[in-house]
Amino acid sequence: MEHLIEFKDIYKIYQMGEETVHALDGVSLAIDPGEFVAIVGQSGSGKSTAMNIIGCLDVPTSGTYHLGGVDVSTMEDDQQAEIRNKMLGFIFQQYNLIPKLNVQENVELPLLYAGVSAEERHERAIRSLERVGLADKRKNLPSQLSGGQQQRVSIARALAGNPSVILADEPTGALDSRTGREVLAFLQKLNAEGDTVVLITHDNSIAVKAKRIIRLQDGRIIYDGDSQDPQAVVQPQEEAVPDDGFAQLLGEEAKA
Amino acid sequence: MNLSQSFKLAVKSLLTSKMRSLLTMLGIIIGVAAVIIITSLGNGMQNYMNDQFEEMGSNLVQAQVYLTGSSLDVKADDMYALVEKYPQYLSGVTPYNTVQGVVRQGSDEFKRSSVYGVGETFYNVDKNTIMTGSSLGKGRFLSYVDVEREMAVCVIGSYLEQKAFGGDALGKTLTISGAPFTVVGVLEKSGDNSEGSSDDCIYIPYTQANRLGGSQWYILYMFTSTDRSTAATAKGIVENRLFKAYHDTDYYVVLTSAEMMDAMDSMVNLLMAILTLIAAISLLVGGIGIMNIMLVSVTERTREIGIRKSLGAKGRDIRSQFIIEAGTTSAIGGTMGIILGIIMANVITSVIALVLGTGNDGFVAVPTFQGIAVAFGVSVAIGVAFGYLPANKAAKLNPIDALRYD
Repeated sequence: MEHLIEFKDIYKIYQMGEETVHALDGVSLAIDPGEFVAIVGQSGSGKSTAMNIIGCLDVPTSGTYHLGGVDVSTMEDDQQAEIRNKMLGFIFQQYNLIPKLNVQENVELPLLYAGVSAEERHERAIRSLERVGLADKRKNLPSQLSGGQQQRVSIARALAGNPSVILADEPTGALDSRTGREVLAFLQKLNAEGDTVVLITHDNSIAVKAKRIIRLQDGRIIYDGDSQDPQAVVQPQEEAVPDDGFAQLLGEEAKA
Repeated sequence: MNLSQSFKLAVKSLLTSKMRSLLTMLGIIIGVAAVIIITSLGNGMQNYMNDQFEEMGSNLVQAQVYLTGSSLDVKADDMYALVEKYPQYLSGVTPYNTVQGVVRQGSDEFKRSSVYGVGETFYNVDKNTIMTGSSLGKGRFLSYVDVEREMAVCVIGSYLEQKAFGGDALGKTLTISGAPFTVVGVLEKSGDNSEGSSDDCIYIPYTQANRLGGSQWYILYMFTSTDRSTAATAKGIVENRLFKAYHDTDYYVVLTSAEMMDAMDSMVNLLMAILTLIAAISLLVGGIGIMNIMLVSVTERTREIGIRKSLGAKGRDIRSQFIIEAGTTSAIGGTMGIILGIIMANVITSVIALVLGTGNDGFVAVPTFQGIAVAFGVSVAIGVAFGYLPANKAAKLNPIDALRYD
């Protein structure tokens, strides 16, 4: 069976002044339809880069990325936009709703860019809002809603386009723990209903809500497996010390 | 993303910051209003001048002869002979002299009255009008006999009849430079019946005028061509005759109303073109204002652009959104400018009517449909053109950076 998401030896290399940064350093992974995967890692681990590439917001320096069987790793901006529109649903930490559009208009946006007729847009937006239980707030502006409600609107927006993958980037980062748990429970429910969910987080306690954990460090996968495996939540500290000037300095001091 | 959606969005974002939108539009509003005002004034001026010419007759051919009193001189009879010789082109001629002289009636003095010496053909019997357009109200006009025998008779305007004779002038006498003239006819009111207007006039036989007017340094002959279209040929005939007499084109000038109308029209048009161009500079400034505010808007809405892109907006979707927003801004500004311009044109009309005291049949600044269409079109085009750069900037934003922007 064909994988939904397939990374083959993905490199993402940035040139930061004199220094070359390997944000992703030969990553290969595969995610199948119906999975609930958490990509975990500390800042600088490459998880954001991974999410940008999965989300077709960025292209890898080398390697191939197939999304739904299509090679999207060498696409032009507008082609990527079309893939994002048709296959991906984003949920962001900051909700990213457009403040001057009301809830329903926000949810309709991906459908608008897909060229869906006005009538169908309204219908699908309302259905999507019903799924997150906010159909009665559809004429409100985002600023009139609580953080949790706003995040639910952004989930509704992600669902409206009927995407193959729901990509959630630290979806609970801006919420209190109770609301955060609700949002996670909702993602679990979506997954139970058959949606493929990819969650990006730095927080192990959130990552374990997924079925599978992929842990990244320094641009490489250091764990990929069941989220209930005790190994999954181990953040190896000794390897986390980067081999930079500080380490050297510390070492020299220790020797002296 | 369809057009009406972008348009609604543009109007919405304009309405969220009304003050800023208004200030952005101000340049366009002023520019468009200026263009409308100038084209209205030009149009009004042209209409006004054309009316004046029409009143005098569009088939008028004037010959001004400067060399008078010499042996080479052409006489009025020579001009009459010309009309008889070319009846298919020339339908009449009359000398037309202005006389300087004090007009008195009893103890009243009329300083601003104009006195003209004309021939009997100055009056068109069929139309019952004189060459300057007024029609005869009472009595008769000067006759061939009056002219030939240098009779001391006159035809006066309605103002003089009212003021000097209390409304009953026929058969009564007034004096011009001391010489008595009997009123044989009164003209209908053609102006506003005030002092110094076209109703404050006296026509006497030109033979009498020659006797009265000493300071005349040229003689004017007014011909009428059979039609406006034969005016050019008629002019040629008169010129030929005058050249035969003087052998020098410096001693006379022959003008036709049609030519003067055309010359005036092209002068007014040139003037309007220059003024419109100057007004258009403020449209340009308005366009730059729009570009400026759009650049700010793109920066402010970087995050929104990022969101839209992450949801599948293509470069051209973002570009068209901002271009439509700029175009809408300038279109609304243009509409406001058109309204302001039309109001101003009306105000100017009333002010001019008040200052000149001409009333409603005087100068009217009429906005032209073309002027409005061009001003509106140009303002929208400017919005779109100056919106392109910011829109393109927005379209090229990297979605990752845009999403991270606060």
